[in-house]
This record gives sequence, structure tokens and C-alpha cells, in this order.
Amino acid sequence: MTADDVILQVKGLTAGYGAAPVLQDVDLTVRAGTIAAVLGANGAGKTTLLRTLSGLVRPSDGEIVYGGQPLRDVPVEQLVRRGMAHVPEGRGVVAELTVDENLRLGGLWRRDREDAAKALTEVYELFEPLAQRRRSAGHQLSGGERQMLALGRALVARPKLLLLDEPSLGLAPRVIAQIMALLRQLRDSTGLTVLLVEQNVRSALSVADEAVVMSLGRIVTATSADRLRDDEELRHAYLGF
Amino acid sequence: MSEQTVTPSAPAAAPAPAPRRALALPGFLSRSTLLRHLVLAVFAGVLLYLLTQQLDPFRNFQLATVAAYLCATAGLTLLVGMNGQLSLGHGALMAVGAYTVALAQNRFADSGITGNQVLPLSLALGVLVTMAAGAVIGLAAARLRGPYLAGVTLAVAVAVPAATVTFDETFNSEQGLSVAVEPPPLSLGLYFPNERWQAWVALTGALLTMLLLANLVRSRVGRNLRAVRDDEVAARLAGIHVGRTQVLAFVVSAASAGLGGGLMALLAQSVSPGAFSLTLSLFLLMAVVIGGLGSLSGAVWGAVLLVALPDLTHDSAQWVSLSPAVAQRLEGNLPLAVFGLTLIVVMIAAPGGVQGLLRRIGARVRRRAPAR
Repeated sequence: MTADDVILQVKGLTAGYGAAPVLQDVDLTVRAGTIAAVLGANGAGKTTLLRTLSGLVRPSDGEIVYGGQPLRDVPVEQLVRRGMAHVPEGRGVVAELTVDENLRLGGLWRRDREDAAKALTEVYELFEPLAQRRRSAGHQLSGGERQMLALGRALVARPKLLLLDEPSLGLAPRVIAQIMALLRQLRDSTGLTVLLVEQNVRSALSVADEAVVMSLGRIVTATSADRLRDDEELRHAYLGF
Repeated sequence: MSEQTVTPSAPAAAPAPAPRRALALPGFLSRSTLLRHLVLAVFAGVLLYLLTQQLDPFRNFQLATVAAYLCATAGLTLLVGMNGQLSLGHGALMAVGAYTVALAQNRFADSGITGNQVLPLSLALGVLVTMAAGAVIGLAAARLRGPYLAGVTLAVAVAVPAATVTFDETFNSEQGLSVAVEPPPLSLGLYFPNERWQAWVALTGALLTMLLLANLVRSRVGRNLRAVRDDEVAARLAGIHVGRTQVLAFVVSAASAGLGGGLMALLAQSVSPGAFSLTLSLFLLMAVVIGGLGSLSGAVWGAVLLVALPDLTHDSAQWVSLSPAVAQRLEGNLPLAVFGLTLIVVMIAAPGGVQGLLRRIGARVRRRAPAR
């Protein structure tokens, strides 16, 4: 593993809300062009990890190096310009704006208007249901459509690193499978790196290259997804099945 | 017959109430928005021009007042309705514009620069100074939410009139300043009614404000404003600088209020702190809520109400025979009470305001139309 390969390097990250830290001394390395699944029980700190990476939560200690540069004090709205897109859990869609407006929102900051328009078209091709509901307001969408919209909004920015928080939440298995297949396809075609937080361990492991298991704010194991999937003992120890 | 029974149920089956506008050519749409608004503004301008020819001087003056208020209410609608920031201090921002215009007009007159061509210059100065004030308040506002924001803007509403008393050498305390305003240009004729000229000036300002704001609302900036209003986290993750967007909204809103205040100074030919009290700020906010916060058209209804309601209450109070003592006590307070009552009734009956009510009626009529 060379330094060029690493898109995200986290060292000793401690963060939380108020006095009690949710993340404690987290070390994490994500290589470019891979899908890394972050697994763990409720309250393990998975969502907080993503929120800290994207700047929504300020770390009290530790270092985040993204694309070779430390991220201390970089505001949230700058990160998307640097290619880091965060799709928060159940959020990320502006309910009062239409589908089209939401998607355009994702590419608003971009200078290259032509490519922004192209990215928009690609997202519509990717998510057929969205193309049919361009003029619908965000709050009129179904859960699955909303998730597609949140994902689409992030993809319009043409990210290098996608932080994805529970995309499977409340979705039908078939839709989850589609989303997972899409992530794999994007990784292969565009070299997208994905940090995927999931409760749905099986579907996450089915696409992930690497797997990180968190428990009580710490990373307890980081291994290849294949190993976690195949090694029953390991899986049983960390994931309970 | 069977066909007729099918048609009315069709809308119920398709509950998407989204109005269909210009679905074709999304690439061309951004340019055509400006064009559409321009056409609308020109159309409104011609209509209003014809109207001012018909109205008597008093009605023309009222129309001019509506136009001046409209600048402020439209700006406030942008801030409160589109961006979700509350301001209880827009009356004070109007005062900033009014006093700047008054001082500028008087300075021009003192230095012998006369003629109506200085009017736009004074108004532009008024807008610029109010923008600066708005930027300062906006910077504070962007850090505050809800009741705290209301508190700060309330303080502005109280402080600005008080400042005129403190710096009485410039602002002449409670008496205020008279504003040097030229009569209508001679090219319009010797006996051209002043009120019609005033209406033209104010309506030009209002139309310009509406045109600019309408385009802003439909632009990327407008989308940012609404995104920030609805979901700050989502907006930030989409790369929108929330603070900057909020300050921008405040500055634009202040500019409109400043223009409204400046026009007000020209209409009244005087400015005094009493004209821009806290009551005015509250009136403005109530007016935009009653008019309908969702769209700029609501601001038009708000501005009309601001002129019509005090007038109506005054008239109706005269019908009821009251003792002079009671009448004197009611004078000035009654409109506020009526406004408050109207606000309550509107909020219960039509939470979308007048504009929302009209839209609902319009939708119902359209739904019935195919059944006929």
C-alpha cells in the first residue's frame, strides 16, 4: 500500500457531543477506489464517525488526512468542493425543493457548468424513477426515491469519496441490492471510494472490499470483507451471527 | 353520462397538486424566466400607468404608498418566507433609507443641484446605506436562530428611532427633517398633479424591486435561500455556505426596505422617528404573513393591506358614534388591534395567507372546470 493509494487516513480521532466522547481514538485507513463497510451495533459510533469526517461534528482530538491534506478547520461546505460527499442517514434531501432543484443543489458550487449538466443527466439515467418525478417536491417522494435523490445529489458533485450512512434504511431488499450494485459499478467505472455505514451486514459485505467493525466508539477490527464474510468465527465474534 | 362521472374522479386519482409550468426545454428555461418576468413587469407597468391616469390625487397618493410599502414587504417576504429568518426590525431599516434620502435630497438642494434627476441618486444612496446596515445586522443574524434573532432585530427596531434623538443635530430629534422634493418635471405640463408623479416614482421603484426579487427567487441564489431555510445540514453538505447565504438574504432584504423607506420620505416630504416606530416593523411582518409568506405576490397583498386597513378602521370607527375621549384613545391603536385580529383569523382560516387562499380557490375552480 503506497501513500498515493490512501485517500483517507484517520489517526487517534476522538469526537462526540458534549462531554462524553462517542468516538475514542479511532484509527482508519481507506484506500482510493475501494468500498469500505463500517459495521457495528447501534450506538457504536458509525454515524458519528461519518459526521466527524465530513465536519458536521468537530473532533476533540486526532487527525483526519484526506487526499494528502489535513482537514482541521475545513468547513463542511468546502469539503464537497474537495470531492468528499456525505449522504446522511434519512437526510440530505431538502423537502420543500423539487427533485430537479435538489439535484441541481448538489452541483451548484461547480465551476464547470457543462460537466455539472452532464453529471445531472447521468444521475437521471442512473435513477429512472427520479427522471419521472423531476417536478415533485422532496416530501412527496417515497422512501426509496428519497434515498436515490440523496445519493443522486451527492453524485452530481462527482465525488472522489462518498460517505454513505445506512442507504438501506427502510428500503425493499430489491432496492438495496440495486443500490449496492450501483456502488460497485461506480467504484469500477469511476474509481469512486465509498465509506459505507450499514446495519444490513450481509448486503454491505456483498459489495465491500474492506470491513471495519466498531463497538462502543472504537474500531475493534479492520479486515478484508471477504475474510469477515467467510470466517465464521470472526463474524460470530464481532457481528453475532 | 358515464364519461361525465369519470372525469370528476380523475383529479382525485392523481393527487399531485404541483402546478405545471413550461415543462418543455429545461435548458432554455433559465433565460425565459427573466423574459417572462420582464414581460409581466412591462404589462403591469402599462396597466398601472393607465390606472394612475384614472385615479384622483388622493387615490394616486395611496397607490404610491402601497408601492413604497411593497418594496419593504417584498424584501421581508424574501427574508422570512424564502430564507426563514425573522426580522422585527424592517421598520428601522426603512428609517435608515428614509433618513439617508432626506439628508441626500437636502444636501443636493443646499448645494444648488436641483431637478428630478437627483432623485434616483438619492434613492440609490438610501439603498446603499441601508444595505450596509443590513449587512451588519445580517452578520449578527446569521449566528442566531429563532427568538434570539427576533430579539436582535427588535433591538434594531427600537434603537434606530432612538438614535435620531441622540444625534439630534443631524436628525433633528422627534421633529424629524423635511425633505426637499422637486415638483413634477415641467415637461409633463404645468398643472400635472403631484400625486400622479409621486405614484409614478414609487411604482417604478416597486416594479424594479419586484422584478429583481422575482428573478433572484427563481435563480440559483433563490434555491440556496430555500435550501438553507428548510435544512441547514443538507444545504451545507451540498456545499452551500449557510452563513453567507443568510447575510446575503438580509442585505437584499435591507436594500428593498431601504428603497421603500426612501420612497416613503419622498411621498411624505418629511421623515420623523414616529413614522418608523416599532409598530411599523410589526405591521410589516403581520402584513407579509397575512398576504402569504410563500410568494412575492403575497407581499403585494400585504402592502395593500398596510394602506387599506388603517383607512378602513378609521372610516368604520367614524360610523360608530364614540365619545371624543374614547375616539382619541382608539386613534392609532385601532389599526394595530384590527391587524392582530386579522392575523389570527387568517392563520386559522387560510394559513397560506391571502395568496395561499387565492391559489386554493383557483385550483378548485380549475378542478371543476372540466366537469362542466
